[in-house]
Amino acid sequence: MNSRKPKPPQLVEKKAIRVQVNDREYTGNVDVRKTLVDFIREDLALTGTHVGCEHGVCGACTIILNGRAVRSCLMFAVQADGLEIKTVEGLGTPEHLHPIQEAFRDHHGLQCGFCTPGFLMTALAFLSETPDPSKDQIREVLAGNLCRCTGYQGIVDAVEDAATRLKTGTRKRGNAGSAAGAKPLMR
Amino acid sequence: MKPAPFKYSAPESVSETLALLREYGQDGKLLAGGQSLVPLLNMRLARPSVIVDLNAVRELSYIKEDNGEVIIGAMTRQRDAELSPVIRRKLPLLAEALGYVGHPQIRNRGTIGGSIAHADPSAELPAVAAALGAKMVVRGPKGRRVFEPEKFFLALLTTALGPDELLVEVRFPAHQKMGTAFLEVARRHGDYALAGVAATLSRDGDAIKDCRLAFTGVGPGPVRIAEAEAAVIGNRLTPQVLDEVRKIVTDRLDPDSDVHASVEYRKQVGGVLAARALRLAGERAAGTR
Repeated sequence: MNSRKPKPPQLVEKKAIRVQVNDREYTGNVDVRKTLVDFIREDLALTGTHVGCEHGVCGACTIILNGRAVRSCLMFAVQADGLEIKTVEGLGTPEHLHPIQEAFRDHHGLQCGFCTPGFLMTALAFLSETPDPSKDQIREVLAGNLCRCTGYQGIVDAVEDAATRLKTGTRKRGNAGSAAGAKPLMR
Repeated sequence: MKPAPFKYSAPESVSETLALLREYGQDGKLLAGGQSLVPLLNMRLARPSVIVDLNAVRELSYIKEDNGEVIIGAMTRQRDAELSPVIRRKLPLLAEALGYVGHPQIRNRGTIGGSIAHADPSAELPAVAAALGAKMVVRGPKGRRVFEPEKFFLALLTTALGPDELLVEVRFPAHQKMGTAFLEVARRHGDYALAGVAATLSRDGDAIKDCRLAFTGVGPGPVRIAEAEAAVIGNRLTPQVLDEVRKIVTDRLDPDSDVHASVEYRKQVGGVLAARALRLAGERAAGTR
């Protein structure tokens, strides 16, 4: 297999990239060492995605990449070239919360809110794969996100309730009109 | 926090990757799923001058069956392997162990080959490879080399891979007819194991014909204890035999101590897990679990 040496591809320190974030196209020219979360926050000014531990433990930077929840601190922005990203900004708005966000509010699934974007994106990906989860499944998937305020019980309850809301399209104590206005879960 | 500066290339084929490794393998680092490497880069514990990103090498991502083996391309995501019907059916030990690898968010990026080539002493997949006698297929300037686990995992974070070589696939023997079990104890779900074990056995009537135990978290790489396996082979899995295995394992394990667990604790847990895993594997082989 080792015929005459093929020329190795070029090494680069910067690269032009194009990503789709929350259904909008963005371009950038990034240092190859820039992590994806820094690109999202600094270059795209989408600061809803938080940076916590920066080594993959806390889950605050969780985003959806091509339909799957991933740590955006453990990827480089160059690696997202051509891919589709969803961040917390792609969920609801303050006037029209996403059903998962409503459930978090109603069940005290957050206090300081720092970890919340990561929990929401984890829950979004999880509920789209597992629309009818058991409490154990919820606990297991949430194990990848850390929260120092709530003690988790409210978050587990919120995700359980969010599953019901998404299935039935109901809003329990929502202030924002009918479920018909809710965004589809994903895609 | 940012990694130290490096130069970057994202080859699209194995031959391009090998060309890059020939040029830069000595100071460079291969980036697979990045779930172990990127933390090291972010904390600047690793400062390679060149990163060769394998994520565009599509030909390294596959799950195939061939003649009693399930062959997994090195860049196959752990989550894809975990959810694969072929792997769930024919490699139940791997499927079970994958559930312990980090969290779903980690397994969505992490790869089968990356975990095995990184050879973390507390990782699950090297122990699975050791328990099953998986074959690591490597390509480099010397051509193709195939390693047994004993010849591949050499020391802490060290494998037989040369700086100019690439792990391209791992060949696991299909073992749907064996009884297998993977168990581990970690501080929290998804953490690295304080101690873990992969157990395989096959039965001949009530007696055990073949048995392997491979431990993780208790040595520089996957650890097997021949004496413990020998205590099972030819016997039935009676409480006495399981207790004997527990004692041998606890006696023979030689783990390190760290801030999370003492030597004594790891030895004790290793023995208990070995007995539990064998019992579970035995029940599964008999079809009672």
